[in-house]
Amino acid sequence: MDGSLNALTMFSLVLLVAVLGSVRRSHIRVEYSVSWLGAALLLLVLSRSPALMAWVAKLVGIEDPPLALLGAVMAVFLFVFYRFSTVVSDLKEANIALTQRVAILEYYLQSDHESRKA
Amino acid sequence: MKRAAGPGELMIIVPAFNEEAAVAGVVEEIQRVVPGVPVLVIDDCSADGTAAAAKGAGAQVLSLPYHLGLGGGVQAGYRLAFELGYEYVIRLDGDGQHDPAYIPKLFDVLKTSGCQMVIGSRFVDPEAAYTSVARSWGIRFFRIILRPILGKTVHDPTSGYVGVNYDALALFSKSFPLEYPEIEALVVLQRKAFRFQEVPCKMRPRRTGRSTITAGKSLYYIIHVLLGVFVNILKFERHRWRW
Repeated sequence: MDGSLNALTMFSLVLLVAVLGSVRRSHIRVEYSVSWLGAALLLLVLSRSPALMAWVAKLVGIEDPPLALLGAVMAVFLFVFYRFSTVVSDLKEANIALTQRVAILEYYLQSDHESRKA
Repeated sequence: MKRAAGPGELMIIVPAFNEEAAVAGVVEEIQRVVPGVPVLVIDDCSADGTAAAAKGAGAQVLSLPYHLGLGGGVQAGYRLAFELGYEYVIRLDGDGQHDPAYIPKLFDVLKTSGCQMVIGSRFVDPEAAYTSVARSWGIRFFRIILRPILGKTVHDPTSGYVGVNYDALALFSKSFPLEYPEIEALVVLQRKAFRFQEVPCKMRPRRTGRSTITAGKSLYYIIHVLLGVFVNILKFERHRWRW
């Protein structure tokens, strides 16, 4: 179990550093880094307090702490993926609306240009 | 730009993606059947000369800067027609499957029936039916699924040969399914208590190219459409469940 917790601690720290680095280089916008940073911090806290991990395992009725750890990791990342699915969907909606608006404005411009020429 | 001169004006929209070989013929045919009615070809970012061919044949062209798929393209056409003040819009595909000879019939039913949408249907008259065996089975499947949802049988729910009036145009210009829109659009109309009617039409084989719904995509199509129908039911029934 200690090995798993240490590996999770390392993973959380790497995730934290990678996300903060990406935000600094503007590869990830601040608002979209919050989910990742929250997930990394949560995993860090869980990995550094076996008592809390045992309490969570008991709460969800999983006897085996490593299994509970795996469940916690999966739950955290499922939440992050869900959040990004909603973000991607919103962006796609916005993209469609923008694409249609650009096409319509281009149509108006072209029509205006042709009527001036005529 | 040709704005609608007054109430009752019709615009024909033709979504097209890589239909360079067929679209000019479709536009010319439409102009022969309904001379003077504006024809708008929506070029969904084709890689070939679809836009130039359509323009050369005398159509107005709405060119999307990147590929949106059928629903996104059709909605762009609806949005423009709505902004220009058209009261009726008839949509037919750019591949030549939909015979423009039926436009006057669709327009007439649209104006006189009080329905918000009319559907050119190849199955109302069984002799007029032209489609592949696989598609025919798919259509039968959706006919059965849609019967209890729509409260009536729609013989050809996947037909893209449709006409809409101002009410449906206003609705679709705001919200329209992105992929495989025909079936979902029926559910949206029904949930809004709008009415639609089928008009018998003969369909033809496409002049060029291939259908976007290949054998491999058929399963995805069925799942996508079923999910879309389910989501639209949830969306429009939501207010009924609120306490």
